[in-house]
Amino acid sequence: MRTFALRRSAALLGLHRAGVELKTFFRERDAVVFTLSLPIVVFVLLGAMFDGVYPGSDVTTAQYLAPSMIAAGVASTTFVNLGTGIAADRDDGTLKRLRGMPMPPSAYFLGKAVTALLITVVEAGLLLVIGVVGFDLTVPTDPARWLTFGWVFLLGVTACSLLGIAVSSLAGSARSAAAVTNLPYLVLAFISGIYFTPVGQLPGPLVTAGSLFPLKWMAQGFRSVFLPDTILAQEVVPSWEHGRIALVLAAWCIGGLVLCLTTFRWRGRRDR
Amino acid sequence: MTENPAVRVRGLRKAYGPVTALTDLDLDVATGEVLALLGPNGAGKTSAVEILAGHRDRDGGTVSVLGRDPGHAGLDWRAEIGIVPQHCADLGELTVRESVRHFARYFPRPRDPDEAIELVGLTGKAGARVRTLSGGQRRRLDVAIGVVGRPRLLFLDEPTTGFDPQARRRFWGLIRSLAGRDGTTVLLTTHHLEEAEELADRIVVIAAGRVVAEGEPATLAGRASRTLVRWADGAQNTDDPAALVAELTRRYGGPVPGLTVTRPSLEDVYLDLIGDHS
Repeated sequence: MRTFALRRSAALLGLHRAGVELKTFFRERDAVVFTLSLPIVVFVLLGAMFDGVYPGSDVTTAQYLAPSMIAAGVASTTFVNLGTGIAADRDDGTLKRLRGMPMPPSAYFLGKAVTALLITVVEAGLLLVIGVVGFDLTVPTDPARWLTFGWVFLLGVTACSLLGIAVSSLAGSARSAAAVTNLPYLVLAFISGIYFTPVGQLPGPLVTAGSLFPLKWMAQGFRSVFLPDTILAQEVVPSWEHGRIALVLAAWCIGGLVLCLTTFRWRGRRDR
Repeated sequence: MTENPAVRVRGLRKAYGPVTALTDLDLDVATGEVLALLGPNGAGKTSAVEILAGHRDRDGGTVSVLGRDPGHAGLDWRAEIGIVPQHCADLGELTVRESVRHFARYFPRPRDPDEAIELVGLTGKAGARVRTLSGGQRRRLDVAIGVVGRPRLLFLDEPTTGFDPQARRRFWGLIRSLAGRDGTTVLLTTHHLEEAEELADRIVVIAAGRVVAEGEPATLAGRASRTLVRWADGAQNTDDPAALVAELTRRYGGPVPGLTVTRPSLEDVYLDLIGDHS
């Protein structure tokens, strides 16, 4: 009976964990500011550095950059943040203490996921506002486009969060976790057509490599929401490929889940 | 005390690569007992406690904690156990009260969080961020979290490290009341011999991964029968100092010059015990 009651409370405990995680995150002012501002600063810098309009359309470089940076922001607040955050939890005794509690493991992950989702919504919102105010990004009125935004966002957040949880086990310590998560993040940001635009101009092998990972597809999905079809000539193929985006992101959700289940460590390397 | 021990360990073995932490450790803790595990650094105390608490895998031996194998026990087993681990640096941005309240939610019938905070004497710091606490206050918070779920069995791994004398006295009172009034079984590791003597019903000394002595604090390792009587012209170990002093008094026909009677302190006994192993 009691086991049943404890299992039933996993969802409730997960929400309490999310409350504690969010409090912890937002009370660390410097971490909040710098975590949220990294994609924003990159966006503003790149947006200000390059100007011009892509041939065959009236889309400016900065407008092209905006939806791509939202994808990079999602990857940053999920993959990078969860990867470093969980490695820190492993180092500072959080995971050890939780393992000693009558807590279903799912409550911990639910707490992390809800926290990552909320922080990502804030990040995406900030990038969107800066795009609209600073770089003439047009917000679509067509509900179909917002529906696209919704599913790309949810699949992207899920896939990148699961990969972040998985990558946390690769890091030997909290100190190495930032390096372990930032290297793939930065490399993918370059080869997914985010820091380097437009994606169609990337060398073939890099496009192929980038296409293996979720970031390229998330960015493409967000561009399809905010940019007119006249920009399609600058994509790798002249189509938004919604079916393929859904397929690749869903595949990474499954792959990420498998990686989490097979590699996740509650204990640090020294605690075997 | 009942016939069912809270903890029963037989032949426990654990190695970290080439380093052996525990070799063939046997340990029993009776229900309601306060047992102190003593031993020098690296003796295997923390390894033993972490295996019993289900935090570490063992290489061999049988372990039963509250009737279950901690390697395969579920959440209902966890709800009966309180753990105060070493080296926790989590919760920094939460306040003391938020932390204890949060962990109270995990248990089916928790103590009132404010009462747990009061028990460890942190009421004045209840609203303070955990990262602003001193080392001793931080340990007291760990203890509050360890007891908030009303555990039947409490593991304390060097719980009073960094406590000031007043906090330590207060902590001893807390453990006595948990053991006495609530019938909580307590397994604690410590380096403070005074603490072990003060709190424990029984002491187990381990060195180099195995038990080298066990017994009640007053009689550990023949302590009671090793009273040293010294006088001006000699010295003798005896288990009946009164008889020896009476005999000496007769011999001198009055006061014995330079008479001292000393029982070895727990520390003397302990240092003798581990002297061969460290």
